Amino acid sequence: MARADVRLKDGRLSVYRHPAAVRLAHWVNLACLIVLLGSGLQILMAHPALYLGSDSSFDRPIAAMTAEEQPDYTLKGYTIVLGHKVETTGLFGAMEEGGYPSPRALPPWLTLPPNRDLATGRAWHFFFAWLFAANGAAYVAHGLISGRIRRELVPTGAELRGLGGSILEHLRLRFPKGEAARHYNVLQKLSYLLVLFVLMPLMVVTGMSMSPGLNAALPWLPELFGGRQSARTVHFLVAMSLVLFTLVHLAMVVAAGVWNEVRSMLTGRYVIDPSQTPAARTPVPEDHP
Amino acid sequence: MSKKPASLGLDRRFVTRAMAAAGAAVLAGCERVAEQPAIRGFVQSAEGLNLRLQRLLQNRTALAQEFTPADISPVFKANGETYPSTPEYEHLANRDFAEYRLEIGGLVERPLSLSLADLRAAPARSQITRHDCVEGWSCIGQWKGARLGPLLQRAGLKPQARYVVFWCFDEWDGPPGRGQPYYESIDLIDAFHPQTILAYEMNGEVLPIAHGAPLRLRVERQLGYKMAKYIRRIEAVESFAHIADGRGGYWPDRGYEWYAGI
Repeated sequence: MARADVRLKDGRLSVYRHPAAVRLAHWVNLACLIVLLGSGLQILMAHPALYLGSDSSFDRPIAAMTAEEQPDYTLKGYTIVLGHKVETTGLFGAMEEGGYPSPRALPPWLTLPPNRDLATGRAWHFFFAWLFAANGAAYVAHGLISGRIRRELVPTGAELRGLGGSILEHLRLRFPKGEAARHYNVLQKLSYLLVLFVLMPLMVVTGMSMSPGLNAALPWLPELFGGRQSARTVHFLVAMSLVLFTLVHLAMVVAAGVWNEVRSMLTGRYVIDPSQTPAARTPVPEDHP
Repeated sequence: MSKKPASLGLDRRFVTRAMAAAGAAVLAGCERVAEQPAIRGFVQSAEGLNLRLQRLLQNRTALAQEFTPADISPVFKANGETYPSTPEYEHLANRDFAEYRLEIGGLVERPLSLSLADLRAAPARSQITRHDCVEGWSCIGQWKGARLGPLLQRAGLKPQARYVVFWCFDEWDGPPGRGQPYYESIDLIDAFHPQTILAYEMNGEVLPIAHGAPLRLRVERQLGYKMAKYIRRIEAVESFAHIADGRGGYWPDRGYEWYAGI
């Protein structure tokens, strides 16, 4: 249900932008992504190397983190990506752990739990994977039934034609403050559609592709990605894409006004300034129903 | 960033230390939360969902994917124990397992004691499958062995039998002869699955010691730690609650899933 706009004393408008179901789904999703990332990195730490194909060609991973003992018995950590080797001691491959140098692929502040505990990491990962999938499914069902995905997320032909201009506006960090801010702009729409219908489903499907039990039920599943180890690599790369999306999303929130954006995702209400609208519509009277 | 007002008395080192201390407290808090038995139990409830979903999607006899000889991995990683050091095992290994007998007992009508020759004469299956380790890596290998189902039928499971426990020669967490023997268990659906075999051959040769000689379990629809190596005895049970820590396996007792289909 769209709720009425409220005219504030200073003339700006408080508009109802996010229904409760969307706000709830947003914060549940955030909790899931944080736990899934931390526990996923804990799982990666058990064998910090990525491969292509069905099996692991141990001598030629496409990416890996390793520790190498030096002649003076110290440890150096290295990160290898597509044959390029970079020393990353202290961050990836080798670091101090409990006061001693240790061949640990990832730092404690990136893994969940922070100590080395694959069993706990897996338990949390699978629990939150179910929550993530259920939350995503409920969000999409709500969006389809209410028509919100069609209304708010699917771009119009005119918007798509204006994509170039929108990209330029974003690069200049100029965001609509007036009536146009009632709705997502075309870049938001496209990135949210990409995350919702491509990246997040890919996380679930590549995750399922790694399960030997599901492989027996759906043998074509890992083959979609070129085998189980390829699916594991895609799982990691898409997870990193979601991290990148989240960082850009946070930067946009900061650039567009932290309090206004955060409040709109907490209470649903977002404040716009109709006087900043290029083609200002007739102001809504104060006694608007 | 503008400089902090001097009146606050905060120097950079103090702020850095305070942030490091706060960060360490958060990390320690994360560990403590994850260790709470109630929270651990709640989070582990997903294991039941995984088991139910997978059994719903799997046909009982749905086969794990099989590969061609060209797909066999040039290097098959040997993980966990690679040479049990108990006197009993070493005695058998030094004689090429000629004196080895596999005991099948517990809730069975006719306990069996089988030599390797008996096992080689039993109904067999050969398969090229992908071995998925809980750590994340995979290796493809060829396995040949006696099918577990017909052996259990020969022993005659009693009606109360619900699980099959595999007791192994390798001992963990203790000196030889006084450690915890590795053990694992599967339910009867997996026990009678056509690909569930007691492998005595790997990649066309006698099973090497590093991979579990003389006999290792293959349960192809689950992870590697379920596939017990160095099997000495098979026991049919109604419940595994009374065994060790009661979670049905050496690694399950240490927090890993009993159902390792994911």
